[in-house]
Amino acid sequence: MPADLRTRIGHLDLPSPIITASGCAGTGRELAQFTDVARIGAIITKSVTLEPKAGNPSPRMTETPSGLLSSVGLQGPGLDGFLQRDLPWLLSRGARAIVSVAGHTAREYGEIASRLSDAAGVTALEVNLGCPDAATAGRPFAHDPAAAGAVVAAVRGSARYDIPVFAKLSPDVTDIVAVARACVSAGADGLSMINTIPGMTIDPVTSRPALAGLAGGLSGPAVRPVAVRCLWLVREALPDVPLIGCGGVRTGGDALELLLAGASLVAVGTVLFHDPSACSRIQRELEEELTARGVDRVSDVIGRAHQPAGYAADRHTWV
Amino acid sequence: MAETAIISGTIFSRDLPGPASRSWLRPAETELEGIDGTPRSRQSRRFALVSASVCGATDDRELDGGRMAGNDRDGGAAPVQVRGTVLTVRRVDAYVAMTVVAPAIATRFRPGQFIAIAVGGPQSGMLARRTFSVHDVRPDHGGTVEFVFLPREPGAQWLADCRSRDVLDVVGPLGRPFPVPRDAASCLLLGVGPGAAPLFALASRLAERGSQTDYLLGAESADRVFGALTARRTGRSATIATADGSLGSRGSVVDVLPTVLQQARTDVIYASAPTAVLRPVCAMAGRYGIPVQALVSEPAMTCGTGLCMGCVLPAVGNDGVTRMVRACTEGPVFRGDLVRWDDVGTIPFDALGAPGWKPKPASGERTHAS
Repeated sequence: MPADLRTRIGHLDLPSPIITASGCAGTGRELAQFTDVARIGAIITKSVTLEPKAGNPSPRMTETPSGLLSSVGLQGPGLDGFLQRDLPWLLSRGARAIVSVAGHTAREYGEIASRLSDAAGVTALEVNLGCPDAATAGRPFAHDPAAAGAVVAAVRGSARYDIPVFAKLSPDVTDIVAVARACVSAGADGLSMINTIPGMTIDPVTSRPALAGLAGGLSGPAVRPVAVRCLWLVREALPDVPLIGCGGVRTGGDALELLLAGASLVAVGTVLFHDPSACSRIQRELEEELTARGVDRVSDVIGRAHQPAGYAADRHTWV
Repeated sequence: MAETAIISGTIFSRDLPGPASRSWLRPAETELEGIDGTPRSRQSRRFALVSASVCGATDDRELDGGRMAGNDRDGGAAPVQVRGTVLTVRRVDAYVAMTVVAPAIATRFRPGQFIAIAVGGPQSGMLARRTFSVHDVRPDHGGTVEFVFLPREPGAQWLADCRSRDVLDVVGPLGRPFPVPRDAASCLLLGVGPGAAPLFALASRLAERGSQTDYLLGAESADRVFGALTARRTGRSATIATADGSLGSRGSVVDVLPTVLQQARTDVIYASAPTAVLRPVCAMAGRYGIPVQALVSEPAMTCGTGLCMGCVLPAVGNDGVTRMVRACTEGPVFRGDLVRWDDVGTIPFDALGAPGWKPKPASGERTHAS
């Protein structure tokens, strides 16, 4: 009998712990050509901004060893376009939408959250704290516990009470636990990690940075160990806070690794560019991994890596 | 040598119709004298018809990023992801031509579309898919897809090292195909380097509709000119220009374009070339009032499926608003007059959502100021 992949996070019931990472599923339409979006746990949308955004000039992406460096710059239709076209489409296909929210001030975040709450069908909100803070000359919110907390408080205060709010953290900080604590005290129902890691490559032909935006965010299998460590640290410090794990998941085994580290949901991102049907494949592989270990329910493995080695060996032969 | 000499000149295998049967459109600004001396003010009604049918066919998918992608898209079958077996790998001059058995892609394919291939095996460190315009599809083995590339970067080198019976992860057919005029027209197919590859499938499609095809091929050197012999065999004329003069005339295709346009009395240009060539070609075609369908090869694509938003360029939509559109999904074939070639690689200040961009306060629209 295959393992039960149904997952409960907060008060949300999802059919699978495998979801898509923000900015990696397009509007959902592109992905739907290769995968049934209703069978994915949820779709985390591209970050929605208040106004339409053209993004950064090209080149926006460059390939690095087992990774991608990208600086898209949140190109998108803005909140109105999202509510008119993208969200209804996702709902019409039976997909669950976790809407990623981005802005430059806490007030902007709050306004988007309040208008998204008015729309029917938003499953949860993810607060993209990777955006530059207008108040501190472009320092990302996620770098400062106080700034991150202020944004989360604004979103939590404006969003409807029954829509969970997840804060997406950056690994590029001295103490991710401090930021995590600040977000949870500000009212975050859960945390999502990790965002991309800042990086840069130089084009050997032009002797200039390869991306038009100079620096970009590194993602892909190269960053998976960073994600696992961040999840581990936050799970140790805040064991009751539900986590969305994200970073370099390519196979069902990778997804299991993030679940063991403490994630309740696993977001698949960059690998979708390489394999657009990755979500259903990873779901199948995760099911096989669990079945091979004699685990009935995926919820049984969440955070299992935190148990002492002897405990696991005594009770569960699969570890 | 004799063959080279024939290819190098513009040759016409069939007689051109006289000025009475078809009028030649004159450049609007330049004072270039038409070969048949038609009055320059008169616009051909026939040209207008062809132009409308070609331009109209481009408008079935809007550039607003809303409706064209995914299963909802009208016209054209949705792409598929298949495991395709390599049939043949062979060298063609400087290029590698690869044939993959992929019936699902071959039956859906329309000229101008491309495929995206995962390179490096299942645990590859190369995450970006490599995208290639489809050169041709054939019905043998249920359906095969052929594409052409230069084995320069590591991913393409890995692909070139594949052998017969290797299995590849292929996604396709992707992108907007070349629109084909409903009525017969005189079509110029302009290709530079490997960009010439997708033009030959288009040529057979055009021939089915009774259109005439003239070729204008260019490259840095003779071994980089793709399909010169096929062009000579199947086209009404074939003109070649190489940068070093090793085949055809010395220089760029842009240098010989005015001559070819006049001799061939071109109604429509189909161009597939780097941006540096497409920009002057579209500018020149604009002066002559000839519609261009341009297949872009830059910026490089990462996923090919529209997910990553990596390959954007500024293009004007039907509503006159400039948007950053994806070469993979809204393209790779664009109407030449709608792409803002001078602004490729930038965000034009008036593009939708550019820094400092403000929405126009439309009357009757609800404002959301809090």
